[in-house]
Amino acid sequence: MPIHDQSYRRYAGARQPAQRAWLVIAKSGIRQFLRRRPMIGILFGAWIQLLVRLAMFYVSESVTQASALLGPKAETFRQFLEQQNFFVFLIAIYVGSGLIAQDRKANALQIYLSKPLTRVDYIAGKMAILATFLLFVTWLPALLLLVGQILLSGSFEFARGNMILFPAITVFSFIEVFVVCCAVLALSSLTTSTRYVAVMFAGVMFFSDAVYGTLRMVTGSTAFSWVSFTGSLAQVGDAIFRQPLRYTTPVAVSVIVLAALVAVSLSVLERRVRGVEVVA
Amino acid sequence: MSVATDQPPVPTAPVPNAGSSSDRPGPDRPRPEFAVTLEGLTVEYGKNRALADVSATFPVGAVGLLGPNGAGKSTMIKALLGFITPAKGRMKVLGLDVTANPQEIRSRVGYMPENDGHIPGMNAVSFVAYCGELSGLPGVDAMQRAHEVLYYVGLGEARYREIGTYSTGMKQRIKLAQALVHDPDLLFLDEPTNGMDPKGRDEMLELIRDLAHNKGVSLILSSHLLPDVEYTCDHLVVLDKGRIATSGLIGELKGPAGSIFELRIKGDSDAFVAVLQANGLECPATDEDVMRVFVPGGKSARDVFALAAQHGVQIRHLRASVPTLEDVFAKAVGQE
Repeated sequence: MPIHDQSYRRYAGARQPAQRAWLVIAKSGIRQFLRRRPMIGILFGAWIQLLVRLAMFYVSESVTQASALLGPKAETFRQFLEQQNFFVFLIAIYVGSGLIAQDRKANALQIYLSKPLTRVDYIAGKMAILATFLLFVTWLPALLLLVGQILLSGSFEFARGNMILFPAITVFSFIEVFVVCCAVLALSSLTTSTRYVAVMFAGVMFFSDAVYGTLRMVTGSTAFSWVSFTGSLAQVGDAIFRQPLRYTTPVAVSVIVLAALVAVSLSVLERRVRGVEVVA
Repeated sequence: MSVATDQPPVPTAPVPNAGSSSDRPGPDRPRPEFAVTLEGLTVEYGKNRALADVSATFPVGAVGLLGPNGAGKSTMIKALLGFITPAKGRMKVLGLDVTANPQEIRSRVGYMPENDGHIPGMNAVSFVAYCGELSGLPGVDAMQRAHEVLYYVGLGEARYREIGTYSTGMKQRIKLAQALVHDPDLLFLDEPTNGMDPKGRDEMLELIRDLAHNKGVSLILSSHLLPDVEYTCDHLVVLDKGRIATSGLIGELKGPAGSIFELRIKGDSDAFVAVLQANGLECPATDEDVMRVFVPGGKSARDVFALAAQHGVQIRHLRASVPTLEDVFAKAVGQE
């Protein structure tokens, strides 16, 4: 008599609602990336600025003469997020470029979509993986910087005087992360090669910047900043943090550009994420 | 909170599995009369019509979906899974409308695709458990069933290997495992023995037969390999050029109302085939030396000899043959 039946048996246990499928995808993806050493390195590197800034706050609190130079201002937090863009770029490429491309390469889409999940669940799950890491290097350290400032100064005076900071950090981080996620996932759905996605994303970033730079040189005006992805994001960021705008482009135009980018990306995803590729 | 691990299942505490076969489907899952119902299904790829006004019922049990390449078999399965939106027609799977309940249907069916497919960067047990979780199983249960199903399909010893390192035969088995992990009521198997060596193919067919006949899992086996369908299935649906060519119980379709003879002649074979056909004896045109003649009820080998004598053809060999699925297929599709 066998001590354990290794034949096929039916399952009579509980089943979870299908709406959780995106969470399963997200959890699995995050776990997979956290097992990679380069990922840990990028995440650690992304928090160095936070430590440096906190050290500066500490010095400004301890040394009166240094407070004017190193003390916190509202624009410090805007600059902090702007300088984190390097890690946003790295993570977008390292995590995002393969999220759909590798599934397409391994014919995994037909496996995913034969399960009780929708294409929206699939995209949401993939987006959640990238968004988690991006928020980990933008929103979370920026908030901790604000909390650190309060703890180091021992008062709420700065936070009370800059009530806009918490919502501004949150809104800008989420806008940036959402736009980047949409763009990278759309590019990732266009090919089966992770490298192509990385090159395309870098191309979109640098080429649009180069076009803007050329237009600025020719016209002598910054009104064309909307052609640049990073320019539009920076303009919207300045408006959210209530900082002086760096370009003469109306903020509404920059918002429309980012919204259009999201719309185009979602449209690409709608067409490319399918259980079967029909070439008619 | 449950946490999935890669550890093997504990033999003494098998969680919520119940019995093996006879009580399928569960009390909350009514057993429908038909596994699949199609009504006027038309699927088009641009100007090409892959399925043309197909109406058919697939009974519960093992059904073979047979047809030459390009007949529309895979298209039908993909339409049933909701991957393709049909131009016309209605589809029901396990009594549920495909358009209205795609997710509920997909939670109750398993799909083994024709092409290789896996989630990159996972070993076999993680992959199958992940598929179980995607299908709604809790993490711990999904992991336990993943181990069990991998043993069942013969990958127990290789379950910690990266799927990318698997041979073609092993990849076929892992595709079956991921389709089974959530205990589906109906399996769609698309060319499950593709690329397998003879031994692996036999083992795969044995698994499929066991699932259908001993474990109570209904299945639709799409294949262009007649022996595969003949060995594993009870019912047959033959597709040709996007239309149903014939369907029914294999036994009945094979069971002749007449008899079949293998014939070798000396003379003009094309002309003799035409003579046979003109006299109501079915004989698919063939380039081969041996022709197969379907003699309907009421006629016998004597009629074949008589026709040969009338037309100056010499019969060098005549042997009564057993009807095979190939005959059914040839008759239905009208090919040699």
